[in-house]
Amino acid sequence: MTPSSGPVFAFDRVSVRFGDTEVLRSVSAEVADASVTVLAGPSGSGKTTLLRLCNRLEIPTGGVVRFRGDDLSRLDPQSLRRRVGMVFQRPTLFAGSIAENFAVAATADTATYERHLALVGLPTDWLDRPADELSGGEAQRACLARTLLTGPEVLLMDEPTSSLDPAATRTLEELGVQLARTGLAVLWVSHDLAQVRRIADACIVLQDGRVADAVAARTYLADRRDTGGAGRPGDHGSGGRGGPEGGGRTG
Amino acid sequence: MTTVLATATTVTTGYVGWLGLAASLSLVGVAVAISIWQHLDLERSLIWASARAIVQLLAVGAVLAVVFSPRVPLAASWAWVLFMVVFAADTIRRRAPEVPGARRLALVSLGLATVVCLGILFGLRIFPLNARTLIPLAGMVVGNSLTATVVAARRVVAEFTDKRAEVEARLALGISSRDSARPYVRDALRTAMISQIESTKAVGLVFLPGAMTGLILAGEKPLQAVLVQAAVMFLILGAVATTAAAMSLGLSRRLFTADHRLVRLARPAG
Repeated sequence: MTPSSGPVFAFDRVSVRFGDTEVLRSVSAEVADASVTVLAGPSGSGKTTLLRLCNRLEIPTGGVVRFRGDDLSRLDPQSLRRRVGMVFQRPTLFAGSIAENFAVAATADTATYERHLALVGLPTDWLDRPADELSGGEAQRACLARTLLTGPEVLLMDEPTSSLDPAATRTLEELGVQLARTGLAVLWVSHDLAQVRRIADACIVLQDGRVADAVAARTYLADRRDTGGAGRPGDHGSGGRGGPEGGGRTG
Repeated sequence: MTTVLATATTVTTGYVGWLGLAASLSLVGVAVAISIWQHLDLERSLIWASARAIVQLLAVGAVLAVVFSPRVPLAASWAWVLFMVVFAADTIRRRAPEVPGARRLALVSLGLATVVCLGILFGLRIFPLNARTLIPLAGMVVGNSLTATVVAARRVVAEFTDKRAEVEARLALGISSRDSARPYVRDALRTAMISQIESTKAVGLVFLPGAMTGLILAGEKPLQAVLVQAAVMFLILGAVATTAAAMSLGLSRRLFTADHRLVRLARPAG
């Protein structure tokens, strides 16, 4: 991880337009390091598009996205994507075994692969298991392990629990929070208010492609604040990190 | 009956006279009868298709008679080949409307296959280069590659549409667009080529292919007919592989931006 005191991502009046549809409108916001920042808001508000700007699966039609102070458009997309890992909404394991999936991300020895399986709470003897035999929750954790194999500084999570049952959801949430504690910046898309309260250190709320005001972010985080972070996965009396209620500025 | 339809000197060969052609129309009559019997409502289509085929073939025959004349330069034959390639490229565009840039890609693919395959055939002196060999062999290249090119193009688009999430998951791991596309291009290419490979395997056992049938009917010795057919078959295999590969790889490059992003595709119909 590259140590930095500034924000990991800074969105400066970012707009995205697909044809006639303006998906993001002059969005300005910041994402802090070593914390879980949730991109919240209703469906179609532009959360996923904002997330995909962070690893250049999309590019802005206006404004600037900065990664650790550097204009993202000037960075090599392949090396950027290895620093900024992404887990998609639905598990996207490739055909073959888990080991073969891992090999797509990084060539490493068996011990490394097993360590990554253990990191996401999967049995270490599952490397030869066919990817299509995994349940939704297991597959999503395997996807997370595959992403972590590239050694990212940032983890983009695009509603990763939307197709999972409550138990698998909590497991993945705990993993996200723990990874943030190890120093990763986690940017997590969610429209689930309860989930935001469970995992978020900070919250950026989008509404119709714009950053909603700070009141909206405070509303999303209210319960967690009221309970001092109680009930947050991975929190055992730490009281949370008390991050900002919203890294967003209405643009 | 035979003496009515063919001259006495050509009874043992496949000579077909005007009367023979007229008699062969009775086979169209069989098809029309089946259509009437089964209420298929295809009678008009069958008659129109047959009439059109006769007119087109007669027209082509008349032009070929001119082009094959020793007085006509070989450039006329090359012009004919160029026309075939351009017409086939336009056909591919119409048959694969969801494929972006289909006509240009098809032009390049068919052009490449024509140059490579005919270059080998004539360069290695497998066939002598003249109008009588150039046009039919180029026709084999273009005609047989057409379907494979359409299949390859449509398959690539379908793969990249249906498996967009997988492709983007590879891109998100920092893999280049070319490497991210490879498994899906490979699948499309296999699908496009497998039909021709199966046909090649069945040749002689299930059916006698056109060139061989034509030569035998024309009175050529079976061994010579086999040798010509084998060369033509390998020509078709090479042409199908070349066009399908050029189309798949060219198209997959078109589906990514220079900075390794997957472009948005309209979902193919049907």
